[in-house]
Amino acid sequence: MAKELLKGNVAIAEAAVRAGVEAYFGYPITPQTELLEHMAKRMPELDRVFVQAESEVAAINMVYGAACTGARVMTTSSSPGVSLMMEGISYIAGTEIPMVMVDVMRGGPGLGNIAPSQGDYNQMVRGGGHGDYFPIVLAPASVQEAIDLTVLAFELAEKYRTIAVVLADGSIGQMMEPAELPEMQEVDRQTPDWATNGAKGREKRLLSSIYLQPEDEEKTNLRMLKRWMEIEANEVRFNEYFVDDAEFLVIGFGTAGRVAYSAVRAARAEGIKVGLLRPITLNPLPSERMADLAEKAKAFLVVEMNTGQMLDDVRLAVSGKAPIEFYGRLGGVVPFPDEILEQIRIMAQQPPTDTNGHARQRWFERMAVLD
Amino acid sequence: MESTIIEPEIIYERPEALADTVTHYCPGCTHGTAHRLVAEVLDEMGLQEKTVGVASVGCSVFSYNYFECDFVEAPHGRAPAMATGVKRVLPDHTVFTYQGDGDLVSIGMGEIMHAAARGENFTVVFVNNAIYGMTGGQMAPTSLPGMVTTSSPLGRDVETTGFPIRMSEIIANLDGASYVVRRSLHDAANVRKSKKALRLAFEAQERGLGFSMVELLSNCPTNWSMTAKDSLTFIKEKMIPVYPLGDFKVIPTLAELRV
Ligand SMILES: Cc1ncc(C[n+]2csc(CCOP(=O)(O)OP(=O)(O)O)c2C)c(N)n1
Repeated sequence: MAKELLKGNVAIAEAAVRAGVEAYFGYPITPQTELLEHMAKRMPELDRVFVQAESEVAAINMVYGAACTGARVMTTSSSPGVSLMMEGISYIAGTEIPMVMVDVMRGGPGLGNIAPSQGDYNQMVRGGGHGDYFPIVLAPASVQEAIDLTVLAFELAEKYRTIAVVLADGSIGQMMEPAELPEMQEVDRQTPDWATNGAKGREKRLLSSIYLQPEDEEKTNLRMLKRWMEIEANEVRFNEYFVDDAEFLVIGFGTAGRVAYSAVRAARAEGIKVGLLRPITLNPLPSERMADLAEKAKAFLVVEMNTGQMLDDVRLAVSGKAPIEFYGRLGGVVPFPDEILEQIRIMAQQPPTDTNGHARQRWFERMAVLD
Repeated sequence: MESTIIEPEIIYERPEALADTVTHYCPGCTHGTAHRLVAEVLDEMGLQEKTVGVASVGCSVFSYNYFECDFVEAPHGRAPAMATGVKRVLPDHTVFTYQGDGDLVSIGMGEIMHAAARGENFTVVFVNNAIYGMTGGQMAPTSLPGMVTTSSPLGRDVETTGFPIRMSEIIANLDGASYVVRRSLHDAANVRKSKKALRLAFEAQERGLGFSMVELLSNCPTNWSMTAKDSLTFIKEKMIPVYPLGDFKVIPTLAELRV
């Protein structure tokens, strides 16, 4: 397939269509709406299911029902809508069935705004709903990657019977870039051996998240944990740039990672030995790789479009082996490469040595925008 | 003298779609009656192997244990949304939800209204016992004025808690609904009428006529603090005046049908 100029939201939707999604349920919300609109046109055209639900609560439960039949299903939303879906997400997790969802994040909390943000990192990576479960979370940094990760999300969700989330920030959804879509896949009409699709010539099946006996629930939780550990062992994904000889390391995901890449290149041009680690899987996070890099890096700079939600996980991964600084823009503000370059320069000129204290605190004092 | 062996004629047996098991329901509860009627209809229409039931949250949360067909179990109030998902992907299958009044009228008001408005082609078995049974007898939006519950200990005060909601009447106003009726389970004659209504509701679905719902006035001897017998009298004397039995929507194709 040739490259074409595609808007992120449309690209994700069309990628899902070509990956053979059989049913889509959603509710309009900016900055995700074009995704739903594309589905509204494409799905009926292909004789597949599209429903604009009355709310995100209903949408996720339609997904839940459709997923129980063994069909490839998805929903998409943006931050406030995702909050509303948390009940259903938890039930889907507890039922151990595959589901793909896309969160095109916007500024929050509350109604916030419709500008790009990464404020839902904790919500998605930690699961967001009640109970013990672990969703796979994938963070694209370009339209092409959004396409690729959408296809991958279906594969991973089905392979592990789990929830796979594509966590894109608003700019990935809204921007247009040349990208290549995958070939159209046949819809896989085979039903898995757990699906509730009518007990014809077999024992009846039940799909639920109820385990009334605590011992059974514990067993279920452990089964899910075991599967998660397999995912942790096999599915960590990240990109690295200029890390081989790097003395300093920037870590950022999604759009923040992409802006950081420009900054790192500019810093390299100035002779600063800095590299970039861009996690693609936020869950599981490339923590081991971070720990390895901490052995040789003089210092880390974590860049996010939130108050340092991944920062806490990086700190955990690095566990004091290297000093960490943080730079964040919030509320829908996207950092410019120059801002990050400036932070890299400061780090290179006066390499931080302090592994005590919290990078968030130091960043907050540097920002001092509230005064 | 020649002896004649009389072959016993079976006049009453467990429907195949009903599981051969002990239920968890309280003695005298009409959930069991409602289950049996649904199972009889599934048997008569030969639907068991292509049915997916959607259980809700309430006393009937375990209803999946009592039906011999595939089942899923929805979050509280969301059964109509889940059923939408199942039915849209499997349009040739039979799908029904089984919901209590707390589930359907309170937390699930949005989902039921929109499923009906969209004319989703599944059947809703709505068991209205005017109370939250499972959580121990709190007030429901369907509780009768003055009704004493654990969360309206002085009796339901309509000044502060509002009035009973008559769902069948409301849903009958939606163009997507094909069959919406209210029946009662308080005596044999009404049980038979309930059965016929359930049959018509599933017939509506099999004919692709859109959303169908049977509201069944039911009891809760435990949380109403009554004997089973008194609870049936309560339905007849107290509930029916507030929730009149009747056909609120029967589209013409169905009205002609004789079952
Ligand atoms: C989100 C959520 N809120 C509250 C509950 C607790 N809860 C369980 S059953 C129930 C009431 C069910 O009442 P009803 O639908 O009338 O069914 P019944 O038990 O009377 O058959 C409630 C409030 C829950 N399970 N989930």
